[in-house]
Amino acid sequence: MTLDASVAVRRGSLDLQLDLAVADGEVLAVLGPNGAGKSTLLRVLAGLLRPDDGSVAVDGQPWDDVPAGTHLPAHRRALGVVFQDALLFPHLSVGENVGFGLRTRGMPKRTRHEAAVGWLERVGLAGLADVRPAQLSGGQAQRAALARALVGDPALLLLDEPLSALDARTRLVVRAELRRHLAAFGGSTVLVTHDPVDAMALADRVVVVEDGRAVQTGTPAEVSRRPRTDYVARLVGLSLLAGTGDGGVVRLDAGGEVAVAEDVHGPVFAAVRPESVALYLSRPDGSPRNVWPATLVGATPHGATVRCELAGEVPLVADVTATAFAELGLAPGADVWATVKASEVAVYAR
Amino acid sequence: MTRAREGTGIPAPLLVPAALGVAFLVLPVAALLIRTPWSDLGPQLTAPGVGEALRLSLVSATLATLLSLVLGVPLAWVLARSRIRGRSVLRALVTVPLVLPPVVGGVALFLVLGRQGIIGSWLNDAFGITIPFTTTAVVIAETFVAMPFLVISVEGALRAADARFEDVAATLGADRWTTFRRVTLPLVAPGVAAGAVLCWARALGEFGATITFAGNFPGTTQTMPLAVYLALQRDPEAAIVLSLVLLAVSLGTLLLLRDRWLGRAVP
Repeated sequence: MTLDASVAVRRGSLDLQLDLAVADGEVLAVLGPNGAGKSTLLRVLAGLLRPDDGSVAVDGQPWDDVPAGTHLPAHRRALGVVFQDALLFPHLSVGENVGFGLRTRGMPKRTRHEAAVGWLERVGLAGLADVRPAQLSGGQAQRAALARALVGDPALLLLDEPLSALDARTRLVVRAELRRHLAAFGGSTVLVTHDPVDAMALADRVVVVEDGRAVQTGTPAEVSRRPRTDYVARLVGLSLLAGTGDGGVVRLDAGGEVAVAEDVHGPVFAAVRPESVALYLSRPDGSPRNVWPATLVGATPHGATVRCELAGEVPLVADVTATAFAELGLAPGADVWATVKASEVAVYAR
Repeated sequence: MTRAREGTGIPAPLLVPAALGVAFLVLPVAALLIRTPWSDLGPQLTAPGVGEALRLSLVSATLATLLSLVLGVPLAWVLARSRIRGRSVLRALVTVPLVLPPVVGGVALFLVLGRQGIIGSWLNDAFGITIPFTTTAVVIAETFVAMPFLVISVEGALRAADARFEDVAATLGADRWTTFRRVTLPLVAPGVAAGAVLCWARALGEFGATITFAGNFPGTTQTMPLAVYLALQRDPEAAIVLSLVLLAVSLGTLLLLRDRWLGRAVP
């Protein structure tokens, strides 16, 4: 049960062109901003939208093959889909919702009900088979939707922003459960999300999609440690600086330079973590090799720290403690000096 | 404070016409109740022809509503969901009977189904079936005039319903017909019920198309509205009583259904 897809869709301003391969039991996260084409990709994989070109095959069986004129409609694909808003049928009980896919496949009522009850127990909703979806909380509804998607033992599981409609606390709990169920699932899973935490927590592999194209692929750890675009860097909280290595210095494409602890040459990225940036009101004495004048353009509280956005020759994001922020008397528009130790700058080839 | 009156909050330029509007709508109904010969009610109601006209009205309006449901719900689905070309033209055509004077509708039906009509002549030659001036003609005339109400109402409900539920059903193995039966139709049931009530009420009161296409024969085509009109010319008191019966039937049905199904669909 492996997914092998190469899909092209053009719809208005969207030009989507993606190649995906997901192995048995593997979870692939498609991570990207809104409008990147993630949902369109999901609709193509589900058979709800015909691609303009390309092919989708699961376990060697063609689901879509545009050159050959093959298109298997959604209802004939061995699929499970969990949508953002759970979308439980409001006129059916929770148990009937979970059993819906078995009913369309002709399973008799009794077996269907047993299977639905069994799955509701597995997702922690024992005893709720007879209630209406409207009586469930958001987290419960999403669990029921997961049971409904998995009960038919699909070859391919598609998750469309499955946690983004939940409040923060519920999301933590449901995410952990989802992780457990995905680990037990034998088929291929494609998770579409704009939340890097979901992608990092649930996926074995991440594809970052921007403007309809894959811009980076790798394990969650690789992607978060070595982002290749501003979008990913911002998502994982890094400042990404593109430049050219020249020994112990990276000359930035946008002007300015960054001292690094390694000997580097050629096109590279320098990534700076916000907590390794220190701010001063006057130029600090001493030895830091990276000292830049900057203007504070934005400040957002972030737990016990304040995330400061800096504009200047080298644009950076700095995390300072709330106490330090108050002691320095910082306000948007303030002129500051930012320093980073050379050893704190991660540098890798472009 | 200067523009809105204390308490109601309705500006005078709106309040006065609104009050006149209420009076305009309510007074005629009140007049009907005031002028009803209450003491004479029993004999009038049991007069020959009244029960017959009432039964014919109820039966034909109900048949017209059933026919409208069978044809109108699928039509509404096509208008709301399909991607066929010329859909807006189709919608305009379907709603023509809404704006067409019913008498014109009756004439048009005559031209299609009359003995010399496009389909009527064939029906007559091939099967010996004649439609005009029969109870069938009453049902057809009422359906022609009332079905657009149902179609518009159901189409609106379909457009308001979340189409993503249909996507979900498809991913769970339901083909389009199964999806329609098990998901779409239950979701829009309140809209269908509201449309059916509107349709039934319109069919019950239908006059122009019926008298043109079906005529005015007691027992076969003389429905309540026709009986009222006829009675007004020879016995105004009888007309009032018949009107009262129609009013009671319409209001009763509306109240009954409103409590049961229409709470959500009709605000």
